[in-house]
Amino acid sequence: MKPPKVAFFDFTCCEGCQLQVANFGESLLSILEIIDLVEFREVMSEKWDGVYDIAIVEGSITTPHDVERITKIRQRSKTLIAYGSCATIGGINGIKNNFSLEEIKKYVYGDSAQLFETLPTRPLHEVVEVDYFVHGCPVYPPEFVEVLKCALSGLPYHVPDVAVCVECKFNENVCFYEKGITCLGPITRAGCNSWCINNGNICYGCRGMVSNPNEKGFQEVLKQYNIDLNFIVKRMDMYNTCRLKQNLQGGIQK
Amino acid sequence: MSKSFNVNLEYLTRVEGHGNIVINVRDGSLEECRLEIVESPRFFEGMLRGRSVFEVQHITSRICGICACSHSLASIQAAEDAIGFTPSEQTVKLRKLLMDLEILDSHILHIYLLALPDFLGVKSFVPLIDTHNQTVKRALRMKKTCNQVCDILVGRHVHPISCTVGGFTKLPREKDLETMLELLEGMTKDLEETAELMNQLSFPQFERDTEYVALVSEDAEYPLLQGSAIGSSEGITVDKKDYQKVTNEFVVPYSTAKRTKWNRESYMVGALARLNLNYSKLHPKAKEVGDALGMNRKITNPYLNTLAQVVECFHCLYHGMDIIKELMRDGINYDEEIVVGLNEKKSIPVKAGSGVGAVEAPRGILFHHYQVDDNGHITDANCIIPTAQNLQNIEYDMRKLIPEILEKDEEEIVHRLEMLVRSYDPCISCSTHFLKVSFVK
Repeated sequence: MKPPKVAFFDFTCCEGCQLQVANFGESLLSILEIIDLVEFREVMSEKWDGVYDIAIVEGSITTPHDVERITKIRQRSKTLIAYGSCATIGGINGIKNNFSLEEIKKYVYGDSAQLFETLPTRPLHEVVEVDYFVHGCPVYPPEFVEVLKCALSGLPYHVPDVAVCVECKFNENVCFYEKGITCLGPITRAGCNSWCINNGNICYGCRGMVSNPNEKGFQEVLKQYNIDLNFIVKRMDMYNTCRLKQNLQGGIQK
Repeated sequence: MSKSFNVNLEYLTRVEGHGNIVINVRDGSLEECRLEIVESPRFFEGMLRGRSVFEVQHITSRICGICACSHSLASIQAAEDAIGFTPSEQTVKLRKLLMDLEILDSHILHIYLLALPDFLGVKSFVPLIDTHNQTVKRALRMKKTCNQVCDILVGRHVHPISCTVGGFTKLPREKDLETMLELLEGMTKDLEETAELMNQLSFPQFERDTEYVALVSEDAEYPLLQGSAIGSSEGITVDKKDYQKVTNEFVVPYSTAKRTKWNRESYMVGALARLNLNYSKLHPKAKEVGDALGMNRKITNPYLNTLAQVVECFHCLYHGMDIIKELMRDGINYDEEIVVGLNEKKSIPVKAGSGVGAVEAPRGILFHHYQVDDNGHITDANCIIPTAQNLQNIEYDMRKLIPEILEKDEEEIVHRLEMLVRSYDPCISCSTHFLKVSFVK
């Protein structure tokens, strides 16, 4: 059997999730033994014009050119993996959606603003069909390996749909709410092994919200600790603006 | 000579981010020469408005995955400067260690995975797995070690977790210090072999004297995290608060990417600029290597930036180990471990103000500048990344280089240009405010 053709692509992002691949160290070589890496612009000059068995795509869609390019990549790919928060939920790039596009363009580029074409930030699945999701900013390497294994063997990968708190409890961290500090763990999808909280920081919600967050319970928690709802919404929109805006407006403005 | 050709190289590879080279030579003379930036704009400066200074470094580290720690550190410096907070000596020491690790990690990525394939005549590191297996393994091993040490210090390298405004949310335990030191000591042999390997490569001959800009300091330490001022090889220094006097951003009519210049038509930042300005302050071990590589003089060949990175790797490795040894000797004060969300507990007083952060990121001097209101919310933000500062200089290099290599075949010319751009290790994905480019074909 021929090794599957695998390619990496990046859209609007910081390319940090791709870098997580280089950070595998020597074990990267064993991954490269079973796949045929045909394109990876950040570290390779090679190009490939055939069909990709697996396309691993980082970044969100923010320009008309992005839309064209991802559509073409999708047409040439048997399997498409959305890789990292920018790709799966819009990520930090989504903060832009809190501002009017004209206004933010003008703020950053002044009189040259009219030279731009920019769209509201969208995650990949709002533009093309996505087969697998690897959440996280950056991706959690053990989870990526898991997803890659599933994609290579054609098995589904089920993103954990419980709160980060579940993993956090296993790691025996003291709850931030007990310290009087807000944390997005209660409404954020697990799968990162409560990475940030283990290191003394709070959860910022980079993996997106669980599909059915316990809103009532969360509101009680906020009330119990006397936390203003606006404060938490502001924090949520760091990663989840795309979803929040969609819920508020019944679909993102095109 | 009446050679005519066009180069329209879309999507430069083995650089971080998206850039193009456009060249037009007619009858042996260079008519057009541009380095275009086609990275999708992300509007970070716009997005920061209204955010708290206590969460800003979380957002700004997402400007770049490769130098996420540098962006964090510049951001924290600007935020602390704005609210008038002075970090403890221990915090500064740990941040210096983080800076060392970031530069070491990033330089290794560039030296091995991005630059080396050019010298070995291949398109990427992948074919080297068969032909130079030990070299590839060494690179991945070193890369992994940097990551492991970073993991211990700040939770991870890509978007560090525990370094925040005020200090660290988690401080390394005694055992952690021992492990970090062991890991770094384990790298020394690999780094020696890296220097030997790099010494054998033949770098393209090309000279263009330009202005070199980097942080400078009054003390004896090679300034990476903080210097007393911004210095130039023209013998001028300015306070970091006056960074705009250095950067003087401008737009060029034929390409719409923002550029910078100071005392000359362009300037260079990065490892070579730092060496040219601060060579005498390098760690003795790095000087030893620098002397052996012939880097102990003013270097005006931009291709040698890669060698300057090798020298800095030695500096960062040994300087980093010295910091860890100091911490082991003096012990760590765990009372300084800060609780994140201090803004909610209001344990750090906040006041309106303006703050500038300036650090030496792997690719050169990086500025973050914030205006903050009474609630500690950002009202205005400006970030100027090293690659933006290098763009104009790279283009001047290309303009001088092309006529010198016109007799070579087109493929070789393009390759030389790509290598030149790559030697700057440009990080286009950082593009916080690059402008959109319209193609002229």
